Amino acid sequence: MAETQASNLEPQAAAPQATVYAPAMATIAPLVGWLIPGGGHFLLKKPVRGALLAVSVSAMFALGLLMDGKVYKPNTGDILDMLGFVGDIGAGGLYFAARIFDWGKGAIHLATADYGTKFIIVAGLLNVISAVDAHHIAIGKKP
Amino acid sequence: MTLTLSHFSAAVVFAFFASIVFAITQKNTKPEMVRYFIKCFLFFVVGTIAGGWLMAGVRYFVTKP
Repeated sequence: MAETQASNLEPQAAAPQATVYAPAMATIAPLVGWLIPGGGHFLLKKPVRGALLAVSVSAMFALGLLMDGKVYKPNTGDILDMLGFVGDIGAGGLYFAARIFDWGKGAIHLATADYGTKFIIVAGLLNVISAVDAHHIAIGKKP
Repeated sequence: MTLTLSHFSAAVVFAFFASIVFAITQKNTKPEMVRYFIKCFLFFVVGTIAGGWLMAGVRYFVTKP
């Protein structure tokens, strides 16, 4: 009994403390993170996380394009096409670059092109998760 | 230039990058992130193989003469 009480009084391992950022960062960091994958984390001085996110999202997007994946345009057609656009636009700057340079035409005669299309959509969705994470760091919810 | 990946290599590449993002965004400390990355990656890859065998099994029993 006494031993149990004594062990309860021992100092616990210090939990990582969340840094306090300027209130504007709660909006700026996710916006930058959306436009430039990992950019929000760089802005919040988390360069390793930012670099890993940037490499992961950009590599998935680039591999999707190399596999002849399709980049969706804004549309009001089939529901899956609309959702494809929603996923794609999550990649932010990468999506705009793809549209400007006319990448991602899609090649329906290739089985791997379908994988490429999914890679591009998932890159966008992962980028949205990263931007939300940057927001959580900025508001102090996460260290 | 067109990159041609097999089903399995595409699944592994997908699992690798998705696991990195999941680990960074869902966990707070570095050791937790590393553990979560390994867990996610294994779930993705093992799940893909299990799903493949399951579908092969279903196909076998459905098309069995």
